[in-house]
Amino acid sequence: MTDVKFEAPLRLLTPEGTLESAPSIELAMPTDVLEPALLRSLFRDMTLTRRVDTEATALQRTGELGLWSSCLGQEAAQIGSAHAMAHNDFAFPTYRESGVAWVRGVDPVALLGLYRGTTHGGWNPQEKQFALFTIVLGAQVLHAVGYAMGLQRDESDGAVIAYFGDGATSEGDVHEAMVFATVQSAPVVFFCQNNGWAISEPVHRQTTVPFTQRAAGYGMPTMRIDGNDVLASLAATRWALAHTREGGGPVFIEAVTYRMGAHTTSDDPTRYRPAGELEYWATQDPIQRLGTLMRARGAADDTWFQQLADEADALGERIRAGIRGVVDPEPELMFDHVYAQPHLQVDRDRQRWTTLTTSDGVSS
Amino acid sequence: MTTSDGAQPMTEPMTESMTMVAALNAGLRAVLEDNPRTLLMGEDIATLGGVFRVTDGLAKDFGERRVIDTPLAEAGIVGTAIGLAMSGYVPIVEIQFDGFVYPAFDQIVTQLAKHHYRSGGDTQLPIVIRIPFGGGIGAVEHHSESPEAYFVHTPGLRVWSPADAQQAYTGIQAAVACPDPIIFLEPKRRYWDKASVVLARPTPAELDQMWTSRTLRTGTDVTLVAYGPMVRTCVEAAESMTQQGISATVIDLRSLSPLDLDPVFASVRQTGRCVMVHEAVETVGLGAEISARISEECFFSLEAPVLRVGAPHVPYPPSRFERHYLPNIDRVTAAVRQVMAL
Repeated sequence: MTDVKFEAPLRLLTPEGTLESAPSIELAMPTDVLEPALLRSLFRDMTLTRRVDTEATALQRTGELGLWSSCLGQEAAQIGSAHAMAHNDFAFPTYRESGVAWVRGVDPVALLGLYRGTTHGGWNPQEKQFALFTIVLGAQVLHAVGYAMGLQRDESDGAVIAYFGDGATSEGDVHEAMVFATVQSAPVVFFCQNNGWAISEPVHRQTTVPFTQRAAGYGMPTMRIDGNDVLASLAATRWALAHTREGGGPVFIEAVTYRMGAHTTSDDPTRYRPAGELEYWATQDPIQRLGTLMRARGAADDTWFQQLADEADALGERIRAGIRGVVDPEPELMFDHVYAQPHLQVDRDRQRWTTLTTSDGVSS
Repeated sequence: MTTSDGAQPMTEPMTESMTMVAALNAGLRAVLEDNPRTLLMGEDIATLGGVFRVTDGLAKDFGERRVIDTPLAEAGIVGTAIGLAMSGYVPIVEIQFDGFVYPAFDQIVTQLAKHHYRSGGDTQLPIVIRIPFGGGIGAVEHHSESPEAYFVHTPGLRVWSPADAQQAYTGIQAAVACPDPIIFLEPKRRYWDKASVVLARPTPAELDQMWTSRTLRTGTDVTLVAYGPMVRTCVEAAESMTQQGISATVIDLRSLSPLDLDPVFASVRQTGRCVMVHEAVETVGLGAEISARISEECFFSLEAPVLRVGAPHVPYPPSRFERHYLPNIDRVTAAVRQVMAL
């Protein structure tokens, strides 16, 4: 394990697929969480997120995408927390929140545009209540706090989730975000997925204390949960959102999970991952444990699981066809939307480019 | 007073002699009154009214939800302003001094400048970042810098600088009305210059006009181009040179991004000579860009190379050096003599 010296995180669902009684006041088992329909919904979203991930990795390997940042192994942290959000809540992701994107209704083919190189965005953030992926670490955490300050001024009942990883906790922006959020008592949940690795650097390169201890120092309630337990992720985030929505100020959640894949498709974890670590975490799989629980409780039968497998296959086919069908954008579109209002330098350069590419003897 | 046709008298726009600080304060008050989504954010801007008192009294009148004393963290100020803009607000941010903007550089250059582009036009971030800039006030280290070239170099940002109190009053309102992010550079050595300011709300046409350069005086021998703090220096240099029989045009760029250079080209085609003046280091500064553009557009009209009067390639020195470091009337005049000799 990456952080054996820390206390075990809170969990509701064990890796063996059995339930644990409520480990803390905050993390009481919500009454509806064991409803078959909700369990099936969580299982479906985790399964399809994993399928998006598998397809994207394969599309990168065949040259259809320039890069992919996999969330393999982190499905419970993402799907559980995203399911806790109300429609008017807003989430700010890193570049690895493809599971949250799925729950917020972002089409996977649109999401992959960033990795294919056809767009820097891919969806309307206002429409999905889901900000664009942010690659420079930690920057979006400040945006999340600012958005929450806006909701506060609107006297809205909405709240915000800021997603970031263990590596980003070292960025100044994340610390400044916690200062602003606590001082302003902003309705924001800091959701840190500690997946063990920041490319090649293990967690002990970022911190000598649990991340929750740092966050507590800023003056907010914290929880450290099993990030591979979708029920804990859902319950903890629900509690946190309710707390912050009611004016309690920010909350910090550390979801202890594991990056089963490489940092991105350009990375080679065999250069730094200790022997046995991947094998250990394979026994902690978030989807498998929920499936075991569902079968034990009769929440779904073989037919349902088979239908889901078929749905995943169809999704895979749709993603492959969708990505291969994407045509490159028209080149002059690169001049669009630099500014909201006309700008003389952009106009001049567009004109020069147009002249150049339409002149005889000059190749476009 | 009655008009000749007997109609109701027009209300005379209120005109007042005021400093640039007071004009900025009046402009900010106007946008806070007119647009309930505007917010002011910055260090010491609420209770204290800002270290230069530009926001004096605004917290008292508009409340601490709209005039926010922030933690002392510049990346945090700009980063949260971005989030506030995403939620529909129009934040007007104060960075206390030019040399304090660099901790916010990533949020400005990587996040703020690119967001409209990244979102394909879905998300506008109408944020104004006010920065007192430039030297000449005998300040301590990091309080006299001219960072404009970094921001002009960045697609997605607009950059604007007022030269006098009237420009400041109208310009800050033009900046707030614009849906793009703007770096608004206030020449702190001109903060206490007084001028007569028409305090009427600008019309949409007047707001649009602020994105163009303006010609302050027209001469036949040489074109002086400046912005912000150096506009007054150039006007004074031009006036002093009339005694030597040199007739100079002075152009105030006002908007540094976009650059409205057609009036500059038109003037240089007449005069054949141009001197570009700024406080910033000459190397790869605004003068370099404008000189290159003049050589592209006016090559056959030029009688002499375009000269730049700016700072040497030296960090802003201790303030006892600054009268040797900063451009002044003598250096502008010397450059003009140099181009006139050719």
